[in-house]
Amino acid sequence: MGCFLTNSSLGRKLVMSISGCFLVLFLLFHMAMNVVALIGDGSAYNVICGFLGANWYALVGTAVLALGVLVHFVYAFILTWQNRKARGNVRYAVTVTEKGVDWSSKNMLLLGVIVILGLLLHLTHFWSKMMLVELMGQHANNLGLAPTDGAALIQYTFSQWYNVVLYLVWFAALWLHLNHGVWSMFQTVGWANDTWLPRLKCIAKLVSGLIFLGFAVVAVVFYIKSLCPCC
Amino acid sequence: MNFTLKIWRQRDAHSKGEFKEYKVTDISSDTSFLEMLDILNNDLVHKGEEPVAFDHDCREGICGMCSLHIDGHAHGPSQAVTTCQIYMRQFKDGATITVEPWRSAAFPVIRDLVVNRGAYDEILQAGGFVSVRTNSVPDGNAIPIPQADAEESMDAAACVGCGACAATCKNGSAMLFVAARVSSLAKLPQGRVEGARRAKSMVAKMDELGFGNCTNTGACQAECPKGISIAHIARLNREFLAAKLED
Repeated sequence: MGCFLTNSSLGRKLVMSISGCFLVLFLLFHMAMNVVALIGDGSAYNVICGFLGANWYALVGTAVLALGVLVHFVYAFILTWQNRKARGNVRYAVTVTEKGVDWSSKNMLLLGVIVILGLLLHLTHFWSKMMLVELMGQHANNLGLAPTDGAALIQYTFSQWYNVVLYLVWFAALWLHLNHGVWSMFQTVGWANDTWLPRLKCIAKLVSGLIFLGFAVVAVVFYIKSLCPCC
Repeated sequence: MNFTLKIWRQRDAHSKGEFKEYKVTDISSDTSFLEMLDILNNDLVHKGEEPVAFDHDCREGICGMCSLHIDGHAHGPSQAVTTCQIYMRQFKDGATITVEPWRSAAFPVIRDLVVNRGAYDEILQAGGFVSVRTNSVPDGNAIPIPQADAEESMDAAACVGCGACAATCKNGSAMLFVAARVSSLAKLPQGRVEGARRAKSMVAKMDELGFGNCTNTGACQAECPKGISIAHIARLNREFLAAKLED
């Protein structure tokens, strides 16, 4: 089994599919959690932040998540390297976009790299000021906020317009990546046929759209709140 | 009709190739693309130049021998036809047409527009045999096959093995070809017996020959002259993974 997941093209694709599915489920959870920040004065969101602090289950969850991202990322580079080799050294002089082929499906690595860069920025903005601060045994981060006061950290981060722009670019890249990725993971494990392929593509658009909107609305609403404190 | 042709010329597998321009004039709009190349070759031979080498055989879209990447499309600008089935009326008079060989590491250029597609034969051989009864002719209704299954099997069996899928795929993946071969037999009781072994052997051979990993772009399906659906790739994935889980 170990050999097949690394030696066979279909095995490697299975790893991409399963790790991708896991990451999509996490994104749905994270998005749902973020939307809670829009409710009331943010105390409900901070309760969730308290649950997901430096507890053993949150730490195990973070480690598993990091492993999922790492596997998906490393396999993406291995697959792309092999695919470039298979394509050969001489490229076509004339290329076109084939009918019915999405731009995102041909640029998954580029979109993935943008997603990873956005993730690094996000970890600097939030994880390093929340869970990491708790793990270091400190009671306040460099902004003077309690590590469980997620609502205040969101307010601070999205009061800066450039952060809102950067996050929206990141969410857009994620949206395009999932537009292809969500139906593709079903195709890779073989759960598709001529009837279900259009349905899966529709489901992928809904899931990716929901994730994009859920994340984007929080960034935009908190930016508007920072402009107009009475809102 | 008059055309300017930019054609890839390469002496052999080891030589460096380049595009050369040729003019063809007074071409009837009813001339097929391959006949137009015949006319060009006739002119070249009369001038004492080397004719352009290109693959062709039946010229009625069933043998899978013709190839050619024409203006960015495998088998030219039309949907669901082979190169031999396209006609000069589909191009604008005075157009410049770029003609390239299949580009894929597994399909090395032999000469000009001819590539070695032997890799597909090797994958087919790896698929092995199908158990059928010999002796007297069996009764036609001895093994009932649902109409939908027979249709699906025949849709996959329409693959002519031309190589357009791997040539089009940005990853140089042969998955649509392998999927069509596996799927056409997997849907029939006669081919079902060796289903697991066939899927594993053909995928192993495909990987061994250096074809790329499928990323589900669907470009192969769009350019396939026989309109083979990527749903067959899902079946191949299913067949392969199920066979591996049984190991």
